[in-house]
Amino acid sequence: MSNKEGPGSFKKHKHGIFQSSQRKDEKFSVDSSSAIVMAFQSFQHELDARHDKYERLVKLGRDITIESKRTIFLLHRVTSENNMDEVLAEAESKLSAVRQKIKQVAQELVGEDMYQFHRAFTPGLQEYVEAVTFQHFITSRMLFSISEINKQLLFEDLQMPPTTEKAHTLGIQVTPVDYLLGVADLTGELMRLCISSVGNGDMDTPFELSQFLRNIFDGFSYIGNTGPYEISRKLFALKQSLSKVENACYTLKVRGSEIPKHMLADLFSAKSEIIEHDDVIS
Amino acid sequence: MSVIDMFVGLQTGLSADQDIREEIRKVVQSLEQTAREILILLQGVHQEAGIKDIPTKCVKAREHFNTVKVHLASLQMKFPSEQYYKYHEQWRFVLQRLVFLASFLVYLESETLVTREAVSQILGIEFEREKGFHLDIEDYLSGVLNLASELSRLAVNSVTAGDYTRPIRISTFINELDFGFRLLNLKNDSLRKRYDGLKYDVKKIEEVVYDLSIRGLMKDQPTLTAEK
Repeated sequence: MSNKEGPGSFKKHKHGIFQSSQRKDEKFSVDSSSAIVMAFQSFQHELDARHDKYERLVKLGRDITIESKRTIFLLHRVTSENNMDEVLAEAESKLSAVRQKIKQVAQELVGEDMYQFHRAFTPGLQEYVEAVTFQHFITSRMLFSISEINKQLLFEDLQMPPTTEKAHTLGIQVTPVDYLLGVADLTGELMRLCISSVGNGDMDTPFELSQFLRNIFDGFSYIGNTGPYEISRKLFALKQSLSKVENACYTLKVRGSEIPKHMLADLFSAKSEIIEHDDVIS
Repeated sequence: MSVIDMFVGLQTGLSADQDIREEIRKVVQSLEQTAREILILLQGVHQEAGIKDIPTKCVKAREHFNTVKVHLASLQMKFPSEQYYKYHEQWRFVLQRLVFLASFLVYLESETLVTREAVSQILGIEFEREKGFHLDIEDYLSGVLNLASELSRLAVNSVTAGDYTRPIRISTFINELDFGFRLLNLKNDSLRKRYDGLKYDVKKIEEVVYDLSIRGLMKDQPTLTAEK
């Protein structure tokens, strides 16, 4: 950064040229207290403060993303009824840790315009939406609504001194677009869940999932291109996930009656491996 | 609540959002129109005839800024004031251009750098974020950087018009501006990119001053500049 190393040496140099060429020594020595310089000094403080805040938010956003991703991986380990409660309890504790991070984001944003810094943490929020909706789907087989998510993100504010009489709740609200993008990512996870559940010999989940995914797909079709550009892009990936799940159900239905039950899982996992080869890598 | 119901609710929000954006776009278009008119008016100073009656042009430009005020006031009515940054991108460009025009106007009038407060006043908007529609600091700085390149052009043209003292005053001004921008720790964004262009303006003006001084033209007191 040239402006970091510059101020001292380079400026003096310029100064010199300027003075000798224009003989305005006395005019330029006043310079450091001139109105312009004073104004720019205050701009410096303002910009630095803003950039620092942005960086802190980016860091929090990354932490939120990482922890949410780990929660999703954890939730994929639900294989049978036996370990379900255990995994879900762990996921819940992880998610509440994530919520603490989100609370820190909210604290950074007190008195600020949320949209000014939105770009810094929106990937984190999307990932959180993905994790929390996934958890909710596993427990209740329903789509977690945006209002319920936002309800969980309201925090009691204990740090603020009770100077103002207003009730101290602070929180970030997930925007509809964040929510939709998170849900679109969720469908990718559900597709993975579908394929792995067949591997575990679970024959019902794929059908439930295909129904659920169709509902979501219908929902996104309803939104169409009224939303921002990112949504229509995700719609393409969603279509792919849906067709994978639908094909899986088809295979189960057609081949299920012909092939002995114990061989079904082998057949299916062999086939699905080809289909979702690229997803496995990621 | 069924999945489709949720999406219907979300869609309503999204299309309401889109309506707001369209409303904003309309106002921004008329703002751009006015900005172009002011620009044409002020650009007259680059012509030999124009440089002589700067004050008249400034008065006319001030009148145009009243139209700007009206448009900006109606822009504020289009969306909730706490969502300024949600729609910021839409008027960012035109606001920067207006800052440039206002700063050019103020420079021509008084040869000083317009303050943020003064620009806000000329545009009829708030100075502080808390109070509503305001001027973002980065937009202000971008507008000021545009002023620098306009002044480097003016330095050249004022020499052509026979005004040999103006480039020197511009040079002092730009150098102070350059000094100011050096104080800032800019991030690698669009503002930084524009700032990187400032040195070429500085260089251009220094060349003009050099040309004048080497020919001893600076000491002449041309009859043209009776104003200062």
